[in-house]
Amino acid sequence: MIKDKVLVRCVVNGKEVAEYVDPRESLLDMLRNRLGLTSVKKGCEVGECGACTVIIDGETIDSCIYLAVWAEGKNIRTLEGLEKNGDLTRIQEAFIEEGAIQCGFCTPGFVMSATVLLERGEVLTREAIKKHMSGNLCRCTGYQNIVNAVEKVMLEQQETEGV
Amino acid sequence: MVGKSIPRVDAYEKVTGRAKFTDDLILNRALVAKVLHSTIGNGIVTSIDTSEAEALPGVVKVVTFKDVPDHCYPTPGHPWSVEPAHQDIADRNILTGRIRYYGDDIAAVVAEDEVTASRALKLIKVEYEEYPVEIHPRKSMYGSNPPIHFDKKDNVLARSNFFIGNVDEGLEQSDTVVKRSYKTSIVQHCHIENPISFAYMEKGRIVVVTSTQIPHIVRRVIGQALGIPWGRVRVIKPYIGGGFGNKQDVLYEPLNAFLTTQVGGRPVKLEVSREETFCNTRTRHSIEYDLTAGVDKEGHLLAKDMKAYSSQGAYASHGHAIAANGLTAWRLQYACPNTRGEAYTIYTNTPTAGAMRAYGIPQAAFAIECLMDDVAAEIHTDPLEFRRKNLIQGYYEDAYLKPIAANTNGIFQCLEKGAEYIHWDEKRKEYADQTGSVRRGIGMSLFSYKTGVWPISLEIAGARLSMNQDGSVQLQIGATEIGQGADTVFSQMAAETLHMDVENVHIVTVQDTDVTPFDTGAYASRQSFVTGTAVKQCAEQLLQKILDYAKTLLPEQETRELSLDHGWIYAGEEQVLSLEALAQEAYYSLSNSSVLTAEVSTQVKKNTIATGCCFAEVEVDMKLGTIQILNIINVHDSGKLLNPQLAQMQVHGGMSMGMGYGLSEQLVLDEKTGRPLNGNLLDYKLMTALDTPDIKADFVELDDPMGPYGNKALGEPPAIPGAPAIRNAVLHATGVAFNEIPLAPQRLIEGFKKAGLI
Amino acid sequence: MYDIENYYNASTIEEAVRLLKEHPDTRVISGGSDVLIKIREGKMAGTSLVSIRDIKELNGITKKENGDIYIGAGTTFSHITNDPVIQENIPVLGEAVDQVGGPQIRNIGTIGGNICNGAVSADSAPTVFSLNALLRIEDGNNGRTVPIRDFYLGPGRVDLKRGEILTHVIIPAKEYQGYHGNYIKYSMRKAMDIATLSCSVVSKVNTEKNILEDVRITFGVAAPVPFRCEKTEAALKGQEISEKLYEMTEQSIRQEINPRDSWRASREFRMQIGGEIAKRALKRTIELAGGDRK
Repeated sequence: MIKDKVLVRCVVNGKEVAEYVDPRESLLDMLRNRLGLTSVKKGCEVGECGACTVIIDGETIDSCIYLAVWAEGKNIRTLEGLEKNGDLTRIQEAFIEEGAIQCGFCTPGFVMSATVLLERGEVLTREAIKKHMSGNLCRCTGYQNIVNAVEKVMLEQQETEGV
Repeated sequence: MVGKSIPRVDAYEKVTGRAKFTDDLILNRALVAKVLHSTIGNGIVTSIDTSEAEALPGVVKVVTFKDVPDHCYPTPGHPWSVEPAHQDIADRNILTGRIRYYGDDIAAVVAEDEVTASRALKLIKVEYEEYPVEIHPRKSMYGSNPPIHFDKKDNVLARSNFFIGNVDEGLEQSDTVVKRSYKTSIVQHCHIENPISFAYMEKGRIVVVTSTQIPHIVRRVIGQALGIPWGRVRVIKPYIGGGFGNKQDVLYEPLNAFLTTQVGGRPVKLEVSREETFCNTRTRHSIEYDLTAGVDKEGHLLAKDMKAYSSQGAYASHGHAIAANGLTAWRLQYACPNTRGEAYTIYTNTPTAGAMRAYGIPQAAFAIECLMDDVAAEIHTDPLEFRRKNLIQGYYEDAYLKPIAANTNGIFQCLEKGAEYIHWDEKRKEYADQTGSVRRGIGMSLFSYKTGVWPISLEIAGARLSMNQDGSVQLQIGATEIGQGADTVFSQMAAETLHMDVENVHIVTVQDTDVTPFDTGAYASRQSFVTGTAVKQCAEQLLQKILDYAKTLLPEQETRELSLDHGWIYAGEEQVLSLEALAQEAYYSLSNSSVLTAEVSTQVKKNTIATGCCFAEVEVDMKLGTIQILNIINVHDSGKLLNPQLAQMQVHGGMSMGMGYGLSEQLVLDEKTGRPLNGNLLDYKLMTALDTPDIKADFVELDDPMGPYGNKALGEPPAIPGAPAIRNAVLHATGVAFNEIPLAPQRLIEGFKKAGLI
Repeated sequence: MYDIENYYNASTIEEAVRLLKEHPDTRVISGGSDVLIKIREGKMAGTSLVSIRDIKELNGITKKENGDIYIGAGTTFSHITNDPVIQENIPVLGEAVDQVGGPQIRNIGTIGGNICNGAVSADSAPTVFSLNALLRIEDGNNGRTVPIRDFYLGPGRVDLKRGEILTHVIIPAKEYQGYHGNYIKYSMRKAMDIATLSCSVVSKVNTEKNILEDVRITFGVAAPVPFRCEKTEAALKGQEISEKLYEMTEQSIRQEINPRDSWRASREFRMQIGGEIAKRALKRTIELAGGDRK
C-alpha cells in the first residue's frame, strides 16, 4: 500500500509549483484539490468527455487519466491561466460573442482545446476544426456556435497575419 | 431589453472557469459516500454482511436497506398535490432489499476517501434470491409473480384513455386505412456534469448542496423521505452542468441527507459516476406505439387511433405523465373528427425512466410524424401537402385540458420557411427516382408543445426585487438557471419592465430554499412563461413603488405624471430626479426611509401551444449503412423571442439531441438481467463535434397573448422533430420505412437487405 | 484517486525489466489511457504499476540507413501522425492512429500500449499487420524480435513474458517501399469510438501492366486477433485492376472473415461491412498508386 507522497515540481499557469502528491492521484485531483483550479471539470473520469482538458507542454490531455506524478517537469496550463487580470483571450471573447456557452461545464475543456489549436496558427476547414474539437463532448450547444467561435478567431488571426 | 441578443449574464464566469459548480464548493473536504448496487435484475436480498467493510480502516459508516426509514416516498419534480388522488406515486425507499432492476441501491458506505469507499463496497457480502427479469413492457403488463411493486399486480403503473367522436365508424368510412407500429429507444440525458451533492448539518437542520433543476422540490422530497419536517431541510443549488430533465427528479439527495445524519452531521459528498448516471438515475422512456389512421379520398384524416405502451422501469418517477403527455399531443394540431388514445405505463426490470427534454413528446412525435409520412406514401401524396391539408389553421384548443390552446399558431409559416430552406419542391422531385447504392432524400416533421403544466399541475412562481443604494436592483427567483439562459432572460425582463439597463439588474444565480422565493423549478419549458409572469408582476410592483416614493420626494410635481426611464425619474418630459438619488433617500432619509422592494408569488392559470418543424436532407450509403445529414433546419414558433441568440442556442442543442435520438443514441440492455451494456460515454453514442453537421435554426415570431412578453415554450421543443424528419428523409431516399429508432447502421443494413436494395 | 497498490518508476529499460521481475504483481503503464481506465473500472483495481514513461529510448521515430523504420513503443499516436518520417514513408500508419479516440487520447496513447493490450479493435494493429512489422522485445539479456503476426495470442493476450518490454515497432524497408496503404475504421461515431470493424490494405501496383502486384489485407474485429486475409490476398495478387477485381475482393473477404455476434454488432452486419470496406480501402490504395490506368 502506498504510504509515501511524492514530490512533484512543475509549472502551472506560469508559476513554479512544488507539491507532495499521492501517487494514486490523477492530475485532475491535484489541480482541483491541491491547487484549487476548479475550471478543470470531472465528467467521466475515463477520457471520454474532455471536460478535464488541460494543456501539457503544448498538447491537450485529459487530466483525469493522467497521474499527478507524471506532471514532474511539465508545463501545465489550465483555463485559469489564460486571462490576464480579468482580460480574456480572443477565443474566450469569441465564445461569449458567438453564444458558445450554455451550462458552462464543458466550456473550460473546449476553450483549452481551441487554445492549442489557435496557437498553432493554422487555418483549417470547419471539418478539421471539428476534428480537433472532437475529444470534448457538449450536450447543450450542438457544437455549432463553438465551431463558429473557433473559426471566427482563426480567420481573424489569418487577416492579422495578412496585414 | 427583451428581444435583444445580449450576452449571457453568466458568460464571463463560465468562460473563465470561475463559475462554481457543486463539486467546486467542497472538493476533497468531505467524507465520501458510495452506493452498493445489486448485481441481479430482480429478486430480494436474503442476507447482507457488512462487518468486513466496517472493519476497513478509513470507513466511517456503512448503512444498508435495514437502516433506512421504512416508508416510501415519491421522486418526480412535480409540484406536490394537496389532493391525495393526484399525489405522485411513492414507491421508493432510500435503500432497498427488494431488488427491482440491475443496479438497485442496497447499501452505502461513508469513508474518509474514495479508494477506501470503493474497497469497502467490495467487502460487503450480499446473497440474493432471484426472480425472473422482464424488460419488455408488453410482456410485463400481464403481471409477474411477485409483481415488481406489490400493489400493482399486473405491473401496470397506470392506464389512461380518451376518445373524441367514434373512431371505429371513422375508420369504416375511410377510403384508406394505415396501421403501423413504432418504437423508440431508451436514451439518456448525458449532461456533462453528473449528478452530485454534498450534505451536512447545521443547527440541527440538514443542508444539501446539489446539482438540481428543482431545489424547492428536493427540499420537500428529502423531508418526505426522511420523515422530518420540511422546514428542517435546506437545499442549495449552485451553477449546474446541464440537466435536461434528469435533474428534474430527486435522485440521491435523500440518501445523501440521510448519510450526514448517520455521521453526526459531518459533510458527506455523494458523487454519481458516469456509469451510475446511465444506470441509476433516469432515462427517457422507451415507448411502443400501435397507430391507425383513416383518410378519405381527398386525403383528409377521418379517424386516428393510438395505443401506447411505455416502459417505466423499476420505479414510478414521473410515471404515467410521460405517456399521457403523448396522448394529449395526439389530440392537438391535426384536425380529425374521430380520435382515440389509450396509454399504458408499465413497470419493467430496467433502469427507471423519468423526465427528459420534451417529456414524452419526442416519442409520440416520432410515431405520429412517421405515420403521417406513411399515410401520405400510401395515398401517393406529398407528405408536406398532406400535413397542410390536415393541420388546423389559427386558434384551436384541447378538447379535454382547458385552457390549453394554440393562442397563436405559426405552424404554416414555419413550414413555409423550412420548405424554402431545404428546397422542398425541387428536391422531392429531384430525388424521386434514384438508382445506385448511395441515395439522397428529404423529409420533415412537426410538433406542438404546451407551455408549462397548467392545468395538469399547479403553476406557481416567485420573484423578489429590491433596489440597491445606487438605483440598481437585485433580482431573486426560485426558478433555476440550468444552462438554458434563464438568468439572462429574467434579467432582461426586469430591465424591460423597469425601463433600466440590464447591467443594473443583478440576478442572484444560486437558489437557496432558505432564501429564494418559492418556485417549482426548471421543467416543462415553463420558466420564461410562468416565472416570467412573476418577474414582470414583481417589476411592475417595484416600478409603482419607485414612482410612489418619487411622488413623496417631488411634491412640486403633483400635477404631472411621473415615469422612470434608464435611471431617471421624469415628470412629463422633464428629467427631475436620478434614480440613484431616489434610492439614497429611500435608504437613508432621516424622515422617510423605506427600502424599496417587491415580492410576488404568482399562480399562472394559463397555457399556450408552441409549435415548429424540422426539415432534413440526407445522403444514405446503403452498403455501409450510414446516413449523412447534408442539411437540417428547425423552424420554431415560440412566440416573441426574449433573446434571439439564446433562442438559437437552445434550438441548436435540441437539434443535436434530436439527431442523436434519430441516428445513434440508445441505452442497450442485457435481455437476461436488464443490465445496461453500454452505460458509459464510449459505448453510448452521443454525437461528437465531428458527427454533427452544421445546423440551422429559424423562427416565426408571433406575439402570444398569454406569454408575459409574447413568449411561449422554447426550451424543450427543439429536441422533438429531428428524429422523425431524418427517418422520413431516409424513407424518401430509399423507400424503406424504418419504424424504430435509432437508425443505427445495423438496423439500416438489415432494412436495405430485406428490401433487396443491397 | 486510483486504486493503485504500489507505483514504481523506471528510467531505463534495464530498470523496468528488473522492477517487473522483482515485483511479480506489477503491470507496465505507459500512456495510461488503457490501464488507468481498467483500474477505475475495477478490472485492475489494487494493481501495482511499473511506469516506463521516463525511458527516453522508447520515444521517437527513426529511419535507419537501410530504410527500416523504428518506432519507439512509447511514441504517442499524435507524434506518429505528425512525424515527417511517417508522413513521407508510411502515411497510412499516421492516418490510422489519427483515428484513435480523440485528440487528447492521441496525445497520451502510445503505439506500444495499443499493441501490447492485445485489443483486436486497436487502430494501429491492422496497418502494422499489413506492413509485416517486427516487434523488438527486450528482456535485459539479448531480447528477441518477433513478427507482429506471432505476437497476438488471443483476445487481450500477447506474447510478452514477465520482465519483457516491447521497445520498438520496426517496419522493414521492403515492406513499405513501393507500397500504398489505406485504413478504414468503421465505427458508430467519427471520433471517440472504437472500431466496430476495421480494415487496412497495403498494396503494390504495377502501373505499367495495370496489375495488382502485391496486396495485404488485415482486419480488426473480424476474429479474436487482427486477421490477415491470406486467401483473398493470394487470389488478388497478379490480377488486373478493374471493377471485377473489386467485386472479387468483396466476395472473397466475406468468405474469409469470421466475425462474431455481439451486442455491439451482428455477424451478418459485420460481414456486409467487411466486404465493403475492404473493397473501398483497396480501391483507395490503387488510386494512391496512380489508379486504374485503363
